[in-house]
Amino acid sequence: MKTLKEEGVDTIFGYPGGAVLDIYDALAQTDIRHILVRHEQAAVHAADGFARAKHTVGVSLVTSGPGATNTVTGIASAYCDSIPIVVLTGQVPRQLIGNDAFQEVDIVGITRPCTKHNYLVQRTEDIAQTVKEAFYIATSGRPGPVLVDLPKDIINTKINYKKPSPINIVSYKPTYDPNIKQLKRVVSLLKKAERPMIFAGGGIILSGASGELIKLAKMLHIPVTTSLMGLGAFPGNDPLWLGMIGMHGTYRANMSTASCDLMIAVGVRFDDRVTGKTDAFASQANIVHIDIDPTSIRKNIHVNVPVVGDCQRTLTQLNDILQKEDLGNIEKRRASWLQQIYEWRMDQRLAYDQKDIIKPQYVIEKLFELTHGDAIITTEVGQNQMWAAQYYHFNQPNRFITSGGLGCMGFGLPAAIGAQVACPDKMVVDIAGDGSIQMNIQELATAVQFNLPVKVVILNNQYLGMVRQWQELFYQKKYVWTNMTCAPDFVKLAEAFGATGFRATRPEDVVPILQKGLETNGPVIMDFRVEQEECVYPMVPAGAPITEMLLV
Amino acid sequence: MEKRILSLLVDNKPGVLSRISGLFSGRGFNIESLCVAETKNPGVSRITLVTEGDDMILEQIQKQLNKLINVIKVIDYKDKPSIYREMLLIKVTAKPNFRAEILRIVDIFRCKAVDVGPEHYTIEVTGDEGKINAILNLLRPMGIKEIARTGTIALARESA
Repeated sequence: MKTLKEEGVDTIFGYPGGAVLDIYDALAQTDIRHILVRHEQAAVHAADGFARAKHTVGVSLVTSGPGATNTVTGIASAYCDSIPIVVLTGQVPRQLIGNDAFQEVDIVGITRPCTKHNYLVQRTEDIAQTVKEAFYIATSGRPGPVLVDLPKDIINTKINYKKPSPINIVSYKPTYDPNIKQLKRVVSLLKKAERPMIFAGGGIILSGASGELIKLAKMLHIPVTTSLMGLGAFPGNDPLWLGMIGMHGTYRANMSTASCDLMIAVGVRFDDRVTGKTDAFASQANIVHIDIDPTSIRKNIHVNVPVVGDCQRTLTQLNDILQKEDLGNIEKRRASWLQQIYEWRMDQRLAYDQKDIIKPQYVIEKLFELTHGDAIITTEVGQNQMWAAQYYHFNQPNRFITSGGLGCMGFGLPAAIGAQVACPDKMVVDIAGDGSIQMNIQELATAVQFNLPVKVVILNNQYLGMVRQWQELFYQKKYVWTNMTCAPDFVKLAEAFGATGFRATRPEDVVPILQKGLETNGPVIMDFRVEQEECVYPMVPAGAPITEMLLV
Repeated sequence: MEKRILSLLVDNKPGVLSRISGLFSGRGFNIESLCVAETKNPGVSRITLVTEGDDMILEQIQKQLNKLINVIKVIDYKDKPSIYREMLLIKVTAKPNFRAEILRIVDIFRCKAVDVGPEHYTIEVTGDEGKINAILNLLRPMGIKEIARTGTIALARESA
């Protein structure tokens, strides 16, 4: 407990149980805030949302056995998205480990491939040092989840607290500062490039490099796209903004990749949802890849100039060098490239046609207007997530919280709870689908108990929309088990939990319901009955080059 | 596809080997052989492993290994003059008419007969992969009952 305090922990998301009774007992004697979730998966998603909204580390505490296994999805999601969290799990007493004891599970074994690192603590005197090391590993280098498994007999032994020593792990020394020679190669490529573009990702947000990114883009008039995880790293209303890249990216962003002669990729990992067919991706461009994790570089894509370093430090140093260089008349040199992008933009805008049934895109657009683009948005996974990414234009980092890499349904509501705990004064909205909201709906009780005024916008199409979309496009409209007509009445459900529920069925209801919902105190569910068979466009079929988009 | 011998210095702690083998299985990399033992420093173990892949995969394997918190150092023996050894125990059928021939082979290969019976010899061989394969080929016609073979271990030569 004392180590947790020293690490600056003020909030824990958890769920008690037999193996962690002693920790809970000690917790009661501290001023650390404990948020009682209703399912351990949510404890981890909430810690994830908390970490992202506050740009800090999130902490979860759960019991052994099923408590621990329930965290696995949350941990895997945080691992894919490189989110710093520390998960403390209870374990059966040491002498019972390996005996198939009640509520025993080898959680260190289970989470080995989806944590940055994990520990089974063997001695009471090691607890403090291990927990300190866990925080250090979770937050340094490329961040990620770290799990610490604590057998019951070592946590119910009282010893005098000994302050842990400073962390020095010989085998773990992340590279923060870029190699200056590589930077010079980047500078010379930048000076030569006629059609450069920047592709930024979650690394910008994690390292707090958004300011430097904007500076670089403006200095050299380079258009910027981001991955889903990078949304908010570059202002969504800037003329140099290309929109998101990838499977559901904008036409101009995806077309740019095929024509650019230089791609500066920063804090990205070239996920298959971004690149499509890798051979065809940015095939005419020199690619510079800046990332703190060497394994991200040359994993999926061949790059010309690899730069291992922290995004923030690397971009700062890059900008410093560039400021001393003679760049010539950049504006004039960029004119035709930016004109080309403008034409793409005018040719294919993100669009929809609002007629007599509510369009999901319309709901998001109105939500964006009513919240002045300033809300923290969490999402579930599927169409709701993609429409949120396309139609809510993020101007700041740490505003968009989504399960990007793992793509895990049921993420949005607990993440919203975590974000709301982190930022009590902000508007936090979970954009959900009718399918995914049911995956962790029980967390509404958590929101009610702790009076966390999260707002849930359900884009209710009575389908597992994204899967249905694939069935429509690639499986001859055979909608196999994607129909979700049998669902609870979300308004009554909200009320049953002690929250407030509203429903909109006609386009003219959308704005008044959003207004009412956003103004209502406490947690609110807004159920929007939207066009059932609306698809997310543009769409690149899996495995195709990303310039081959299906348009509306 | 290219074969590569890597030597890893790792923390001598429980679970480290499974982190490494889990990394290989989880990412679809290949382990051809694997040898683990303590080094002169009891806190550190050396794992010598033989793997296979194209350039990009071999680079990824080394980066991923380096990323594991318990891996202290990854040594790649490519382009390094090095000494490689494997050890083989082979139980070969020894009928009267072959006994002398087997011992001659043992002599030529500078290996040892470590167990003998009316119907068999057990022979201990050390050497690089080529030598081990050569003796196996020579003894095969006599009838091999059983073999036990270690993976490769390696050390770089000191430059003079």
